[in-house]
Amino acid sequence: MRYRPLLLKFLSAFLVFGAWEIAGRIPVSFAFPTFIESMAAFWTLLVNGTMFVAYAETLKPLIIGVLISAFLGIGIGLGIGLSRKFDWLVSPIFIVMQTAPLAALIPLLVMVYGIGLTSKVFVVCIMAMPVIVLNTSGAVRNTPESIIEMGRAFLGTKLEIILKIILPAASPIIFAGLRLGVSAGFIGAILAELKITPTGVGDIITYSRSIADYPSMYAAIMSIILLAVIFLDVLERLENYLFKGSQQGYVTE
Amino acid sequence: MNDSVSNVDNAVTVRNVNKTYGDVEALRDMSLDFPRGQLTSLLGPSGCGKTTLLKIIAGLLPATSGEVSVNDKPVTGPGPDRAFVFQDFALLPWANVLRNVAFGLELRGVDKSEREAIAETYIGNVGLSGFEKSYPHELSGGMRQRVGLARALSVDAEVLLMDEPFSAVDEQTRRKFQEDLLNLVKNENKTFIFVTHSIEEAVYVSDQVALLLARPSRVSEVIRPEGFRHKDVNSIRRDSEYLDIVDRIWASLRTYVE
Repeated sequence: MRYRPLLLKFLSAFLVFGAWEIAGRIPVSFAFPTFIESMAAFWTLLVNGTMFVAYAETLKPLIIGVLISAFLGIGIGLGIGLSRKFDWLVSPIFIVMQTAPLAALIPLLVMVYGIGLTSKVFVVCIMAMPVIVLNTSGAVRNTPESIIEMGRAFLGTKLEIILKIILPAASPIIFAGLRLGVSAGFIGAILAELKITPTGVGDIITYSRSIADYPSMYAAIMSIILLAVIFLDVLERLENYLFKGSQQGYVTE
Repeated sequence: MNDSVSNVDNAVTVRNVNKTYGDVEALRDMSLDFPRGQLTSLLGPSGCGKTTLLKIIAGLLPATSGEVSVNDKPVTGPGPDRAFVFQDFALLPWANVLRNVAFGLELRGVDKSEREAIAETYIGNVGLSGFEKSYPHELSGGMRQRVGLARALSVDAEVLLMDEPFSAVDEQTRRKFQEDLLNLVKNENKTFIFVTHSIEEAVYVSDQVALLLARPSRVSEVIRPEGFRHKDVNSIRRDSEYLDIVDRIWASLRTYVE
């Protein structure tokens, strides 16, 4: 069936929301609203404009952070993959960034950069960049030797080999890294708002929780998940557009 | 014995080439001539350095010492006068056949429309017409190697270097390729250097077979099959001179595997 993937997605969503609804009715906890209640709250927030105002705030560090992480991350990953010296110098920074608990780094950030946009962008980058950098560098290092040799044999310059052979060869893994990194970036944007100063969507979450308006809290959380899912879908379409025809499909097909 | 006749024009000459990788001596005092317009095979057991020599001629590897010249000019790196056909095809998986074949021209800065036109001609020549928009993963092994061959032909280099080009395809396709190669050598005015470990293949396609010894490699013998070169592609394998030469070579090489 041509629409099978879409059907499967709907089915999966239906199962999750159905389970949520049931859990809310049992109820699992007095603080856990049903799916329908949360959707009603979502609608209210949408209609009275709170959602839009909140996103206007949250999107700033999110978009800036994600763009920086993507472009800088791929660039640095490329450098690490190509040069041993650069790898030695720069990799440790990202390994530390990946593993250090954010809760420990945030007070440091706030001390240096204050509680404004800069700190929040940093949090997004700290969450998003390591996986993008490490994936890109790994993919670059693993480019098949024979196509690089082919590039040299047919008189490719170093730049041509990087742009026309190494980067396209590394793309599947780079895109996988982007998907993971961007998702982490979204989490980072919300975390920044929860931990630094409440603004935007993080504020809706904190405030709703403080007045025990749990449906609104979950509505806000749902909205960010929805946004992330849409963004990842766009990323997937981009990858399919750039590499259409050369996708090999699934092993079981 | 190395047969360097002074009135034969050699497209490629190799003189006293040594190649060492750390402690391993791959080539020792290797000297060989490759006559212009002819196909010379480098034949020898696995690991004997024939691919190493081919890559040194291609400029992909530096020799530790010695001289390699193409058209009397010393080799310092890859050049427009040489084209390479890889054993594992080395195609770009994300590009279609047209782009893969045109890739050599793309790296030389040829305009898109011009290089696509040239590529289409060679795609037709190797029998892949209609597959211009296909991707490598949609093609069989034999078809992929034809793409590699078309790519090497389309840059119009004087010397064609082929690294065991037929070992990764099935036997029937391989035989067809060997026949096609004979026609190619006849029709194209190029010098071919062909690495193989198949004795029958070497004697079938070559104007000159260079037997390479096991590591550290030198040329042990150069054989020039004379009698059956003009024969029909189908009759060569039953020619008695062909069979004699194959047996002779096997007798020489046998000592290295036993």
